[in-house]
Amino acid sequence: MTAVTTSAPTAGDEPDLPRPKDAGDPFDRDVLPSPPGATAALLRSLLAPMKGRVALTTLLLLLQQAAVQAGPLLVAYAIDNAVPAFRDHDHGPLIVVAVAYLLCALVSGGLQSAFIIASARVNQDVLLDLRGRIFRHAQALSIDFHERYTSGRLISRSTTDVESLRELLNEGLQELITVILSFVYISAMLLWLDLGLGAVAVASFVPLYLLVRVYQRRAVRVYRARSTAIAAVIVKFVETMNGIRPVRAFRREAANDADFRVQNRRHERVNGDALLEMARYVIGSRLVANTAVAGIVLWGAYRVASGSLELGVLAGAVLYLRRLYDPIDRLGMFLNAYQSAAASLEKIAGLLAQTPSVPEPPAPVELPPLRSEHPGREVVFDAVAFGYRTGGEVLPRFDLTVPAGQTVAVVGSTGAGKSTLAKLLARFYDPSQGRVLLDGVDLRELSVAELRRGVVMVTQEAFLFSGTVAENIAIGRPDASREEIEQAAKAIGAHEFISALPDGYDTDVRKRGGRISAGQRQLVAFARALLADPAVLILDEATSSLDVPGERAVQRAMSTVLQGRTAIVIAHRLSTVEIADRVLVMEHGTLVEDGSPAELIAGTGRFADLHRAWRDSLA
Amino acid sequence: MPTTHAAAEESRETSERSAVRTLRRLWPYVRPVRARLFTAAFVAVVASCTGLVFPLVLKWMVDGPVADRDPAGVWLGALYLLLLGLAEALLFGLRRWLVARPLSSVEAGMRADLYGHLQRLPVAFHDRWSSGQLLSRGTTDLMLLRQFLAFPLTFLFVNGVTILVGVLIMLLQDWTLGLVILGPAVPVIITCAVFEKRYAHASRRAQDQVGDLTTVVEESVLGIRIVKGFGRHRSQARAFRELAQTLRGTELRKAGLLATIWGVIVTLPEVAIGAALALGTIQVANGSLSAGTLVAFLSTALALRWPVDSIGFLLAMTQEAATATERYFEVMDATPEADTATATAVGNRSARRNGWAQPAAPGAAPTSAQGKGLRFDNVQFRYPDAPQETPPVLKNITLHIPPGESMALVGATGSGKTTLTALVPRLHELTSGRITLDGADITDMSREELRSKVAVAFEEPTLFSASIADNVLMGAENTAGAAELNRALAVAQADFAHALPDGTDTRVGEQGLTLSGGQRQRLALARAVVGRPRFLVLDDPLSALDVHTEAAVEAALRDVLADTTALIVAHRPSTVLLADRVALLSGGRITAVGTHHELLRTNAEYAHLMSGTGEAEDDR
Repeated sequence: MTAVTTSAPTAGDEPDLPRPKDAGDPFDRDVLPSPPGATAALLRSLLAPMKGRVALTTLLLLLQQAAVQAGPLLVAYAIDNAVPAFRDHDHGPLIVVAVAYLLCALVSGGLQSAFIIASARVNQDVLLDLRGRIFRHAQALSIDFHERYTSGRLISRSTTDVESLRELLNEGLQELITVILSFVYISAMLLWLDLGLGAVAVASFVPLYLLVRVYQRRAVRVYRARSTAIAAVIVKFVETMNGIRPVRAFRREAANDADFRVQNRRHERVNGDALLEMARYVIGSRLVANTAVAGIVLWGAYRVASGSLELGVLAGAVLYLRRLYDPIDRLGMFLNAYQSAAASLEKIAGLLAQTPSVPEPPAPVELPPLRSEHPGREVVFDAVAFGYRTGGEVLPRFDLTVPAGQTVAVVGSTGAGKSTLAKLLARFYDPSQGRVLLDGVDLRELSVAELRRGVVMVTQEAFLFSGTVAENIAIGRPDASREEIEQAAKAIGAHEFISALPDGYDTDVRKRGGRISAGQRQLVAFARALLADPAVLILDEATSSLDVPGERAVQRAMSTVLQGRTAIVIAHRLSTVEIADRVLVMEHGTLVEDGSPAELIAGTGRFADLHRAWRDSLA
Repeated sequence: MPTTHAAAEESRETSERSAVRTLRRLWPYVRPVRARLFTAAFVAVVASCTGLVFPLVLKWMVDGPVADRDPAGVWLGALYLLLLGLAEALLFGLRRWLVARPLSSVEAGMRADLYGHLQRLPVAFHDRWSSGQLLSRGTTDLMLLRQFLAFPLTFLFVNGVTILVGVLIMLLQDWTLGLVILGPAVPVIITCAVFEKRYAHASRRAQDQVGDLTTVVEESVLGIRIVKGFGRHRSQARAFRELAQTLRGTELRKAGLLATIWGVIVTLPEVAIGAALALGTIQVANGSLSAGTLVAFLSTALALRWPVDSIGFLLAMTQEAATATERYFEVMDATPEADTATATAVGNRSARRNGWAQPAAPGAAPTSAQGKGLRFDNVQFRYPDAPQETPPVLKNITLHIPPGESMALVGATGSGKTTLTALVPRLHELTSGRITLDGADITDMSREELRSKVAVAFEEPTLFSASIADNVLMGAENTAGAAELNRALAVAQADFAHALPDGTDTRVGEQGLTLSGGQRQRLALARAVVGRPRFLVLDDPLSALDVHTEAAVEAALRDVLADTTALIVAHRPSTVLLADRVALLSGGRITAVGTHHELLRTNAEYAHLMSGTGEAEDDR
């Protein structure tokens, strides 16, 4: 029975997986650091607001257990008192026993129901709180975090990991309280019935306690490994489903099956380990319990035989004994649920301990009132320097002033730092040195709401959320009326295709007929940005999927929309430049040319080259 | 703010179903471990019944050695108890040991099947199902199923047997008391039946709501840039909270149901035991019953408490497992793309069922030069899930690309260009007509073969969590090595890969997010050309590149395209110039075919698409 492997494999020492070179990176190993005691602190903080209700729930269970545990006592009383009394034609004790038993039955049933409802309320509120916390925190964390922490892991945190806490709360806590209560009650009853028998029973707790400790230590390891293993399974799963087209086109199915099998097998193995740990615990605890029962019965029966103990007391004690050890299996289940939840909470705590590298200011500042009737604001890059934590594109010292209302086109080869510029201005990142100012206010001092009234960015990834087209546009301004939404769509030239969808603006983008092409998605993204009506609009290669007429239409719309607004347009297609007041050419993170389109085209610099090449390509 | 709807919504409120019938579908997965599972159930029954022998030994001790004041007999009784105890402990442990590995392997097997099946379901299926809903089936639902196999399945049986044996023992000891104990059986059974139906409903709702919640989490992560870019994380959190609150409501309803049944199951048997105690006391007083029998009887009754009490939650777990099974098979029952020629026939049958026209008979392909290259023959396409009355996306597409020629596909946004390209590698199935590669109908070859002949670069360049080398070499035979890799990277102007920290061994993130759009697009292009495919389908492959890089890629691509038959979706003149000829797609039809310059001169729509002038004013 012990032929099974005892060493719980941890994710780190798997031989069958290529180990990433930087195996020490907590992101790669899915173990984010959290301060010591964070797990317990998290659990405490979740339960603290419901102290009163937890107490009430516990009280219900306390009373319920009292009613349940009265049974054997009544049996002992019936045998030792009611039987002789009945023989003497005194029906009183019998009636007392009958009524008391009936009451106990009703009370324990009623309280059980009440307890289930009360504890479900507490549990669900805790889960609601935790789910919300994870979600809000993940949303608050910066883009650079999301680029390192895969979406599959985040999903696994808010699904399977929350699920294991749900199990702990739903079954585990009730088990634990029941176990503790019945241990206390029953021990008290046994001691009260007979001091000696009770003492033996209490003594048997020592080996049980040791067993529990050993089990707990081993289970921690197994469950931690299991939580990591399932997260790896989820990452693979999500990646495949989201990239199903290339998976198909490049015949990755078999290779994916093989990869998935490795992850899945590992989870299978660790899962089996966890179940076997439990089996060992059950054997051990039952052995101790049953030995104790045999011992106590022996001693008790011996004493009844020798006349020093009442038969009824022995009967009551034996009934209690059976109950005393019944919950040890359940204790195992609780430990199970606890270990699994602890492993999950540890991961959740690690996630919650991540601080946004782009934090909201504690005391936000308001933007100054607009200087003119135009919505635009001045943008200043003041001695800004930036490098990604993961290496890659770097912006050495960078200075730039864009006056309010100016439309600036930024051109340059891929990797020249154009997108970094945009991300810094949208505050997806904070500069490592220097400041980015909006009308003289550091972006870091603005609240999110204020920042987004100021700056909005449209990227080439035009992601649509499930929901209707109208809802997707309304992300720009959730309180917008249908009319405003249609206005924005019309302005950008998206109205025609949206009206042609089966349910027009109410077409669900994931439902029948809701297929929307990449170019159309970009139009929706534009409409979204228009609706947001920001002071500064950043377009990061936002027209890459549009055809020429589509792009023209957008440009026509832009030239009116951008009137008086500050705009940074990043495009590799120089047609965009035609609407710009000013062109910046970037190379290796620095500005190499700066001037009006006409000036630069007339010159001999890089832009003139680019422009010529582009002209030729239009041939 | 966006709200989510499970794709499964339509099938949610299904008609009457029986938990048992649903759960029977698990059999094929359980079959391989059936021996272990049955042995475990048997062991559990024996162990459970061992527990019932305890009271009998007690009775024997009380009525025998204790009453006779015989210490030796007491020792013997205690020894029996000890042996029984050892047996019980070992048997219960044995049960768990028997099922531990098999059950994790059933779970893993079902998960691997689900994953493999999902990978092979039509792309149209994935368009409709959010991966959150799929994922919740692969995780939460399967865990529920494992728990079901570990507990409710075994213990509904074990407890049933235990209750039966226990009641029998009680009836044998004293039939009047036994009948009193049996009294609550009927009301308990009725309550259970009512409960089951209601709980099934609530648990299905809860599980679907979990799926919806997963979808919101997933989208908020995948769309994080938009959420952040518009400062919408609060409203996103509000939407999440609303869904989470709905789930809470459903869970509380489940708890209410559970509370009711639990109350009934606890109270009624306890009342019966109370009655038996009173009655038993009278009988003992009358002398018609021995004290030992009463003790044994009551301790048997109390020993049955757990088996009876547990029925409530075992049924609840069974119900949840049935729901999970239903959700699992909802996906597993979707028909995957048929893979072999014979399987294609099955696919066609189902196509006919869905009212699709039968593709033209195979074998009629002309083998002359006429048939060489890539040929679209009267192709028509409508999304299989689109309502019948909607016009097809593509109609009467007839197009011939001779070997070695490249054809640009030009059309307004939303004209169906991407859809047309998806038909070639059979990511979507034709509604009617046929597509041939060198004369061979694509429906006559296995998808494996077809997709090895046709390489694709998508507009949305998805990279997988693997090294750059792995991502690119995906497009080649397994034997391809560094030489092919470097050539492909050179063609796609993706030499930046060599300059990364680990060169081409650099891992790219979950979706290659640490690279810029242009970099990802170039890697996706490298992947398409690395295997020197005979047929190449490129969907706007250069959209995210700057002019210089684009020019360099084009120069390199021309060499590749010289001996490749290619279909290239193009938005811009520069891309069009890669191709020998251009086909104009308009309103789902090919309206013109010719060289770029011909069409510029003769076709107003084309001129408009390429220069943005001319017709533009009529649009308004």
